[in-house]
Amino acid sequence: METAVVKARAGEGGLIDLILGSMKRNSKQYTMFLALLGIWVIFSFVTDRVFLTPRNLSNLFVQTVTTAILAIGMVLVIVAGHIDLSVGSVLGFAGAVCALCMIKLEWGVIASVSATLVIGLAVGAWHGFWVAYRKVPAFIVTLASMLAFRGLIIGVTGGQTQGLEMASEATAGWFKAIGQGYLPTLIPATDGQVHDTSLYFTIAMIVVFIVAALRRRAARVKYGFPVVPFFAEVLRLAFVSALMGGFAMIMVIYLGIPWAVIFVLALTVIFDFVARDTTFGRHLYAIGGNPDAARLSGINVPRHVFGLFMIMGLMTAIAGIVSTSRLNAATTSAGQNAELDAIASAVIGGTSLMGGEGTIFGAVIGALVMASLDNGMSLMNLDITFQYVIKGLILLLAVWVDMAQRKK
Amino acid sequence: MSEYLLEMRNITKEFPGVRALENVTFQVRKGEIHALVGENGAGKSTLMKILSGFYPYGTYTGDIVLDGQVQKFDRIRDSEHAGIAIIYQELALVKQMTIAENIFLGSELCKGKGVINWNETFQRTSKALKEVGLKLSPASRIIDLGVGSQQLVEIAKALTKEARVLILDEPTAALTETEADNLLKILDSFRAQGVSCIYISHRLKEVARIADRITVLRDGRTVITDAKTAMPEDRMIQNMVGRPLTNMFPRRPRTVGETVLEVKNWTIQDPLTQDLVVKDVSFEVRKGEIVGIAGLMGAGRTELVMSLFGVWGKKKSGEVRLGGKPIEIHGARDAIHAGLSLVSEDRKRYGLILGMDVKENSTLASLKRISKLGVINKNEEIKWSDKYVKELRTKTPNLEQRVGNLSGGNQQKVVLAKWLLTHPKVLILDEPTRGIDVGAKVEIYNIMNDLVDQGVCVMMISSELPEVLGMSDRILVIHEGQIAGGFKRDDATEEKVIYYATGGA
Repeated sequence: METAVVKARAGEGGLIDLILGSMKRNSKQYTMFLALLGIWVIFSFVTDRVFLTPRNLSNLFVQTVTTAILAIGMVLVIVAGHIDLSVGSVLGFAGAVCALCMIKLEWGVIASVSATLVIGLAVGAWHGFWVAYRKVPAFIVTLASMLAFRGLIIGVTGGQTQGLEMASEATAGWFKAIGQGYLPTLIPATDGQVHDTSLYFTIAMIVVFIVAALRRRAARVKYGFPVVPFFAEVLRLAFVSALMGGFAMIMVIYLGIPWAVIFVLALTVIFDFVARDTTFGRHLYAIGGNPDAARLSGINVPRHVFGLFMIMGLMTAIAGIVSTSRLNAATTSAGQNAELDAIASAVIGGTSLMGGEGTIFGAVIGALVMASLDNGMSLMNLDITFQYVIKGLILLLAVWVDMAQRKK
Repeated sequence: MSEYLLEMRNITKEFPGVRALENVTFQVRKGEIHALVGENGAGKSTLMKILSGFYPYGTYTGDIVLDGQVQKFDRIRDSEHAGIAIIYQELALVKQMTIAENIFLGSELCKGKGVINWNETFQRTSKALKEVGLKLSPASRIIDLGVGSQQLVEIAKALTKEARVLILDEPTAALTETEADNLLKILDSFRAQGVSCIYISHRLKEVARIADRITVLRDGRTVITDAKTAMPEDRMIQNMVGRPLTNMFPRRPRTVGETVLEVKNWTIQDPLTQDLVVKDVSFEVRKGEIVGIAGLMGAGRTELVMSLFGVWGKKKSGEVRLGGKPIEIHGARDAIHAGLSLVSEDRKRYGLILGMDVKENSTLASLKRISKLGVINKNEEIKWSDKYVKELRTKTPNLEQRVGNLSGGNQQKVVLAKWLLTHPKVLILDEPTRGIDVGAKVEIYNIMNDLVDQGVCVMMISSELPEVLGMSDRILVIHEGQIAGGFKRDDATEEKVIYYATGGA
């Protein structure tokens, strides 16, 4: 075993060894990815290939957005050993507030969105205060909020759906773009044609990715650390770039890349960075892994937990805004069960409910799995009864596979 | 009928990529105490897990023969039925339950179906407690018991299962000398009753005292099995490490420099019980010396250092000066910032994040130094953690290895690396060699010496007297929260330390 490691480090191992080694190390990510593709293939068959059309996949990505945003925050919360059950209700509340700012107060989009984000932060601070400084279990604190905010939604909306057509036309149009709009094109294009700006955006993303990877490699060389052979690096970059390009092209040739998808991508990149490359992220993992050891290592545990819940509040508010924009209205049932979808996404994505383990990327894939199930089963016109049952069983199965893998 | 009650024949056990045991043969006579010794990772625990059915029949090759019959244990319950009881290093008691509930956990005494017969439960518990010499009510909750008593409860539990072979894995690791002594006496009485014991311990003095025969394992193989009389301590060590170990406590000549840490009138209150656990303690630590802190378990040694580090208790009075300047410490952050480091006694609870890897654990207390604007420089992280892996000679396949998969000695080195990375002026070590093997112990001692040579002050708490006497330049003896005595190294003897530690002043 030791010699294999040494070999791989020295870069003398064959290409196959390298690929196998990388697959072994990232087996969780690969399993998830394969599971996602498997689900897609199955749905493609049973829906007579409707599922895999650019139109449907593009819709699917947009449907994933709310859950993905919540899941990104939820991973961090679960990694730190906590939970947030209130995100569904708070999402609904934040969305309602945002809508009412525009309808009743006749504020513009920026003011309304900002106010909503501040409310999200405030709710997060409230949770953080009770969890971090009053030591009430997060389960209880957020369960209380789950109930309270569901009530407050009815309070602020008066129990009525607040349609955005009641706001000024300019505001409503603008706001609608957040959840329903696409990157505008320079040259007009329709379904099936290449949307130029989306294509440029995709190329730019891939270039940024490649440059970042090469810079990381250069830094390792500078430090004198072993790196994989250059051809293997090129192969890896080509593979990942092709994957990124493939996904993007689905949207590029439909109506362009939706704004909401760009938000999620940005949030994914930012929080993946926070989780892996910042002291704050590292400390969260340490707190979830062993709070005593974290404290004795000089980490201010309460302050981190407080900050964490504020981030979750902010993410919930963002999800609320996107969701309201997509529905073009604030409803009293908005966000119902969203906390469960978010937790399920995180867990399917490999987050351990014991704390200390989980990845942002995994959770986003998890959200995509959840949304694929919804989307595919709707396309099949499956009875709603079975839709719930199947989603439940898939969650159970995913965690079982994860546990079985961990044992090995 | 063979002369052995229990035989493990040609046991081989493989894990993916590693052969943990190779052709190990191990035999236990009726009514003997058979010690199993070896360094961490030698395969002792694996062998015992096979015997107890934790690794079921079929996952290893070779035979377990009890009373002349080949046994095929599929789970722990099967081995228990056959009369083999294992008492783990980490106690497996439910803390919120009573002694009686714990003893019959999983094999509750019932009248009718599923209804617990409390009278019989309590009666049999009382009887078992008497046998192990515990004067406690069966209704006491485990949480209120000391570690020593908990250990005895575990043994009582094994007794109620009518164990014929008792496996004890490091039973005295967390016990004080008196508690350990008591335990050994109880094992003596078991021997007289014909119960066989397999005794695993790193404390070779105990092994020499209690065992009838000794088997040494090294790298998954049986090195030797011999009568105790034929195996003095040095021969045990030689067999364990595979080479003669000339000097257990490597000492180097040193000159003591200026005072670095000064503690004055330090008094600390237990926030729960309101008792004063550290009373008016004053001492100083100088550059270039190791100060040993001896005392019984519960004397307040750990509380003293935890309170100095700012992570325990309520300060009633006292002052700490570092390099002549008074410092205020309100938590680990302040302490680390001031230049203190604390390697705590329980590395799994307070020292390590078991799910994180070697490099992440190493840098946890000094992330700031390798970060800019809160962004960790991963290359710096690798550089520094690799430096300490090499310097402390930590045995790990790579820096990405989860520390949970390392042996005790190597885990301790990772904890040390974490604290050394903070560049401490004063390094406080609380039981630094608990539960680690002889070879690794000597390495830790050498590291301590190196640090002192580099100008770090070292304070070491230890319950092992030879260690305190062998490593310290000065020894402070704590009794009931107070300093009962202090010696220069040359004046200290085991007798003197015990005398003060037990309140004989």
